[in-house]
Amino acid sequence: MGEQSFIAHRSHSKGLIGRLSHGLAHAVQHIVDAEDFASRDGLLQRLDPRVKLAAVLALVIVAVASRSLLVLAALLVVTTALASLSGLPVARLFRPVWLGVLAFTGLIALPALLLVPGDVLIRVPGLGWPVTLQGLRSAAFLVARSEMSTTLGLLLVLTTRWAHVLKALRSFGVPMIIVAILGMTYRYVLLLLELAHQMFEARRSRHVGILAPRDGRRIATATAGVLLLRSLEMSGDIHLAMVARGYRGEPRTLDDFAFCRRDWQALVVMIAIAAIALVVGLWSALP
Amino acid sequence: MSPETCVAACAVAAPFWYVAVRKVKKNVESKAVPLLAVTSAFSFVVMMFNLPVPGGTTAHAVGMGIAAIVLGVWPAILAVSIALFIQALFFGDGGLTSFGANSLNMAVLGCLVAYGVYRLVAAKAPLDSPRRVLAAALGGYVGINAAALLAAVEFGIQPLLFRDASGAPLYAPYPLEVAVPAMAFAHLTIAGAAEAIVTGGIVAYLQRANPSLLLATSGLAGRDEATATSWWSTRWLWAGLGGLMILSPLGLVAAGIAWGEWGAGDFADPAVRDQISQASGNVAPPAQVPTGLEQLSSIWTAPIPDYAPAFMHDERFGYIVSAVIGSGLILLLVVAVSWIVGRFGRSTTSAA
Repeated sequence: MGEQSFIAHRSHSKGLIGRLSHGLAHAVQHIVDAEDFASRDGLLQRLDPRVKLAAVLALVIVAVASRSLLVLAALLVVTTALASLSGLPVARLFRPVWLGVLAFTGLIALPALLLVPGDVLIRVPGLGWPVTLQGLRSAAFLVARSEMSTTLGLLLVLTTRWAHVLKALRSFGVPMIIVAILGMTYRYVLLLLELAHQMFEARRSRHVGILAPRDGRRIATATAGVLLLRSLEMSGDIHLAMVARGYRGEPRTLDDFAFCRRDWQALVVMIAIAAIALVVGLWSALP
Repeated sequence: MSPETCVAACAVAAPFWYVAVRKVKKNVESKAVPLLAVTSAFSFVVMMFNLPVPGGTTAHAVGMGIAAIVLGVWPAILAVSIALFIQALFFGDGGLTSFGANSLNMAVLGCLVAYGVYRLVAAKAPLDSPRRVLAAALGGYVGINAAALLAAVEFGIQPLLFRDASGAPLYAPYPLEVAVPAMAFAHLTIAGAAEAIVTGGIVAYLQRANPSLLLATSGLAGRDEATATSWWSTRWLWAGLGGLMILSPLGLVAAGIAWGEWGAGDFADPAVRDQISQASGNVAPPAQVPTGLEQLSSIWTAPIPDYAPAFMHDERFGYIVSAVIGSGLILLLVVAVSWIVGRFGRSTTSAA
């Protein structure tokens, strides 16, 4: 699901149902991949999830607060290096996301080149519209910040199993009920994605010719309706199953994180990187 | 968006989440966790459906309208927020930092407005009437446009509040007069159409498949859990929000020093140093004035008229006031609609 905007790319090859089905399958694949990479052995996978969560949050804040493009670029390099040291195939996993963010945020940022008043750098050939230094800088900031925060989030979920991310959230004071809901939502996202995928595939295998947009809309909304009915039914069944297993309205988890020497070292290194980046990013107002 | 805006958006959304969790727990007790989990998952999956909209492009809906109609407002706020969170973290969609603002715009405001419009337009129509389909479509349409307007205002105030030394906007670069029409155009047409299609379409499907699901929020049921208590029991939330709106422009003035916009002289003044370290999360500023800042300070103020304090404050103040008034009007409208609908619903149910 590299698509960032609500406007999808037009594809004439597969038709609406095929595209919907493909998108859903792609999302399932992304989730399965993430779990797979997170359970491998690598630099970041070995760290305590709480260290990773703290580091990601700190770096996101630093990236957003930074007023230097150089610092943002350096952070992106560090993040990418960490990803490849953790055995993640950077090109395959990150490139689609980077390009997606670039396409979406870049599109938003593009008019800024012309609209932000300031010192004129060059003029668009033929049209004479001025491209300003300030416009270029604000567009670059916009894109760099989105890339940075997206990459960090992805790095966390690709090196940490979702269950562990949630447990780490719990130790950061997120209420138990929210953590429990997030955990179950994740599970049922997978299930509903597969369900929807199967419904679209079933429809596609019985369909010949070109679908009118009107019929496409009807099929998609009816599928969503079926999904909604199934979801509500399922939530009732799940509740009964939970009660049967002793659930009384208060979720519980097993807490088995242990901080070891390596985690402390990593924590210190991460805090140092974040602190240096913060200081440099704030006091070098010009790149 | 700037970190300040993200924090502010989270702060405004937080009481809604709190009230929603409490209400959901009270209404469905131990069923809350599975119900919210599965409906959040549904909301997430629906966000992935790209529909062809009239005009040739495709767009996906957020599903806030249908969530509010089937589940009621409060569970819908939670379900859409959770779906947005998973999307932001897991798929890198929307970005981590804008999660608070996204939730405030789409989950909180979008659900409230969509629900209000649906109830108002559907009134007492029977469950299987076409009027309900129209009301649902309209609810989705107005809901997403309200969300887009709030987002545009949030974007639009960024360049006024946050600029770097060269005058370049640090965050979203477009002023209100660009951001609002751009967002409005995209959402009045493409995204609004997608939301209307999804909301209306699913309601039409439910009318055929399982109309009982529409009963809970229809205003026809005996026990109208979604609205019967909504206005009075959440009065503190609305009062607090009103207070916040009144205070926010004052806060801007009272804060004294804009973080990062320190002059060279500020580093010498002990009182200002205190303010800087407070604003920086208790990180003390360096004893020496950073040399770059000192060099720049001479050329800073003169050539950029925006930095003349009086002018700047006036412009900012004006925009903030109009933004606050704008969002206040939207909220007032929502409150008024929910009050009218709630009252209307209650009086007829007690008569029945």
